[in-house]
Amino acid sequence: MLNQLTISELSARLAQHEVSAREAMQSCLDQITRVDGKIHAFISHNDADALAQADAADKLLSQGGGSASRPLLGVPVAVKDVLAVKNQPLNCGSKILGQFVSPYDATVVEKLKAAGAIIFGRLNMDEFAMGSSTENSAFGITKNPWDTTRIPGGSSGGSAAAVAADETIAALGSDTGGSIRQPAALCGCVGLKPTYGCVSRYGLVAFASSLDQIGPLTKDVRDAATMLSVIGGHDSRDSTSVPQPVPDYAAVLTGDIKGLKLGLPKEYMIGGRDAEVKSAVDAAVKKFQALGAELVEISLPHTDYAVATYYIIATAEASANLARFDGVRYGARVDGADPVELYGKTRGAGFGAEVKRRIILGTYVLSSGYYDAYYLRAQKVRTLIRNDFLKAFETVDAIVTPTSPTAAFKIGEKSDDPLQMYLSDIFTISCNLAGICGVSLPCGFTKSPKRPIGLQLLGKPFGEETLLKIAYAYERGTAWHKERPPL
Amino acid sequence: MASAEIDIKYVAHLARLHLTPDEEKKLGAQLGHILGYVEKLNELEVSNVEPTAHAVPMVNVTRADEVRPSLPHNAALRNAPAQANGLFIVPKIVE
Repeated sequence: MLNQLTISELSARLAQHEVSAREAMQSCLDQITRVDGKIHAFISHNDADALAQADAADKLLSQGGGSASRPLLGVPVAVKDVLAVKNQPLNCGSKILGQFVSPYDATVVEKLKAAGAIIFGRLNMDEFAMGSSTENSAFGITKNPWDTTRIPGGSSGGSAAAVAADETIAALGSDTGGSIRQPAALCGCVGLKPTYGCVSRYGLVAFASSLDQIGPLTKDVRDAATMLSVIGGHDSRDSTSVPQPVPDYAAVLTGDIKGLKLGLPKEYMIGGRDAEVKSAVDAAVKKFQALGAELVEISLPHTDYAVATYYIIATAEASANLARFDGVRYGARVDGADPVELYGKTRGAGFGAEVKRRIILGTYVLSSGYYDAYYLRAQKVRTLIRNDFLKAFETVDAIVTPTSPTAAFKIGEKSDDPLQMYLSDIFTISCNLAGICGVSLPCGFTKSPKRPIGLQLLGKPFGEETLLKIAYAYERGTAWHKERPPL
Repeated sequence: MASAEIDIKYVAHLARLHLTPDEEKKLGAQLGHILGYVEKLNELEVSNVEPTAHAVPMVNVTRADEVRPSLPHNAALRNAPAQANGLFIVPKIVE
């Protein structure tokens, strides 16, 4: 089944003309027809457009147009509903954007198209990427392909579920506090959050601008490397994009990590972790030792303050970013007697509960009299958290942690307790605060019910080559990523 | 630092966000809970710490000042809920 292939497997077959892009695309669409009623990873997909793109790719393939200049020629890639794709709907999992259709392509989408990818489908997400379970979407809940009574993680839950269920070959997500890595862990795929500034965010609807990054969700580490080489790089349209050369990340995947130093943060070893998650991560650590890496205990002393810091900074930035949804220039509108009433009514009707909660919190921590006590203090603690990581990276090449304290939880289990939901991000949010890179990859399963467990590796700023090299060495020696959910 | 009591109506007004009485009640309780949790940042001594606004500090990022193609007028207006004569329509602001 072509929909089950990785990017590298599919590209090889396309290049040999063993299969066509149309067949591959059709195979993904057939899988969506077969399983998406159960998991609801997609908000929408335009089959005719996807197949037309596939036919265009086949034409180029027949003319020998593949290889180096177009590394993704004919490869279906689905996109989280937070990224602009020209002439496709864009809703951010929210009602407030109404019938919005993107007038332009995000830079990452432009780059994927230039690399030959077929860009199809709108993947479900927590509204405006706010959530850890994909329960906060105006378009319904996405279910975990391994157990449809459970959440897929979030906010890129649709992206992770679609990749895990073989509805697409790869997907794009966005990660503000773990929104790529945590759903990747809970669904059993690979999710990469690049370093802040590594990937242009032009055309990404902003949630928290000092934390957001776009990244790939894929079936293996090599595919994540291939995707990053395509989407990474400087873009003058994003002033936070860093001018750095883009390496061929896949070229460093040698499997050799002898002598590399991996840090185990002692603050991540205590409390809250499920026993099966703990033993899977412990086994992964042993595997790294067997591969010749040196394991070192390190300390990230301000770990315990990360969740509080994050929820002040992220909500403050969100309250400012989401001010643009006012019913004037785009999206849904509820009329009022004057503009202020129009704004209030439009936003009251258009935003869901979690978004309202964060706008109120963010507005409060920025309001007169509270700014210093909350926002400024959080920015200072952010410095301490970032310094913890920079200090640790003086002695280690990467840091090993679980991605999430537990495997996928039940739908509804945490939805009435926002603080508990926030605390489930404990291992992923420091990475965004520090602006470093991180990847989650499969490292085992719980016994009953069988649910994927994710291993997180955190790397230095712009240390993606080393990070992916380490991830690949582990993956090559294991078979977790080859398992498929029983759908 | 502030008490965990928030004047929800006032904050909602600042945010231009209409809330129902039920939402005000529920959000007020939840936010009190969350603010209680973030009080833990007071445990740290930060008076001599510089704040971090961005993890990759870059300043004065500019690009070449040259004319480039931009979104056509009609494409920029295409998603507007109300428009006429190439303009966004809003309720009357000045009498």
